[in-house]
Amino acid sequence: MPVSQDIKGIIRHVAEIIIDELKLEDVTADTFNSDMDLVDELGIDSMDLATIALVLQDEYDITIDEDDYPKLKTIRLISEYIEEKLATKN
Amino acid sequence: MKTVSSLLDKDWHERYRRISNLNIRSSIYDVTNRCNLRCKGCFFFSSGEHQAAVEEMDIKKWEDFIDREKERGVNLAILIGGEPTLCMERVEAFYKRLPTYCATNGLIKVPRDRFPDMMVGISLWGNSEDEKVLRGRDTFAVSSKNYEGDKYTYYLYTITPRQVGKIEPVIKRIADVGLKVHLQLLSNDEGVDGFSWREEELRDLRFEMDEMLDKYPRTVISCKYYHEVITTGKMMGRSFGWSECPSVTEALDNRQNRPRRLIHFARWASDLKTVHRCCTSATRDCSTCKDGAAHMSWVMVNKREHLKSTKDLQNWIEVYEMFAKLYHFIPW
Repeated sequence: MPVSQDIKGIIRHVAEIIIDELKLEDVTADTFNSDMDLVDELGIDSMDLATIALVLQDEYDITIDEDDYPKLKTIRLISEYIEEKLATKN
Repeated sequence: MKTVSSLLDKDWHERYRRISNLNIRSSIYDVTNRCNLRCKGCFFFSSGEHQAAVEEMDIKKWEDFIDREKERGVNLAILIGGEPTLCMERVEAFYKRLPTYCATNGLIKVPRDRFPDMMVGISLWGNSEDEKVLRGRDTFAVSSKNYEGDKYTYYLYTITPRQVGKIEPVIKRIADVGLKVHLQLLSNDEGVDGFSWREEELRDLRFEMDEMLDKYPRTVISCKYYHEVITTGKMMGRSFGWSECPSVTEALDNRQNRPRRLIHFARWASDLKTVHRCCTSATRDCSTCKDGAAHMSWVMVNKREHLKSTKDLQNWIEVYEMFAKLYHFIPW
């Protein structure tokens, strides 16, 4: 797998994916606040989350259950969720 | 980067937070193929959808189907028809399992001892004269008696081109019986002479709708941005139509451009197996579709498009609040 699997690397990669998928301007993976509430602050909805989840599933070869979407409110929470899934897988 | 809090003050942000986590997942159900009216311009009959499927008669199959819909994530059942109140047992099966909205012509009263807080939307196609032309009778005379003062009922007033400049008396009649009203526009699926929209009529109507909202704020459940979108068919510089509509049944949605859409939305026929293309009929020309719910949903699924300015985001919030009020997710 080409992407980093430590939490810092995951956070950075999740930020890159969100910026890319949502076509966000004026922000980079370095400046993206990983604790920002994506729904309350960035206006992400469940369709955005579904799109992002699809990419993450491919990138990390994991399954993201739709019922878990409400938990995935920040980049950090998404990254910890991925880390947990990877640990279970390995 | 534009964020919600950078665009909204405290009060607006609170309004945003109240709706941003509602996560409404609706689907539409044809409860029956039968109706006690035959209205000119009713898409269900004009497009032959009433013959698309054989009605399921076994109530147990309805109950099992609704349980499966709930498992599928549906949290708002929108019942249409035919006339749903001809089959109260089926309506009750939904109501006992899911937040339910029942669209009706109001000729049969939904008994409130069985359905204490079910949202009811009564269709109304104008003043008595237009109702007689299009529906064969003045339904308001009956429905207003059935539902006077009912706090879970509102009129869904379908405005026709003939009523431009004349909608206030209709709004006033509704206010006088202690009910609320939501406004939408006729799509004239059957091409009834004199009932197709011209641009200048739509322009005039938009201002008339705004005026009614200002004058009857406790009666009219609406907002000015919705008036703009439904009368112009435009939102953020884009035009409504097949390539944009969010209310397409997910299983039949093969559009290549993958527009933003209602997640898991389906419109089910009364055999509980067949699905229809969208929330109206597959024979309708999408570029002239005036369906109110589809236009509202169009705005709602395009939230991030409205994060461009404070006014845009406030417009989005008002449309979402209107939808949430109409389906009782938040109070009037």
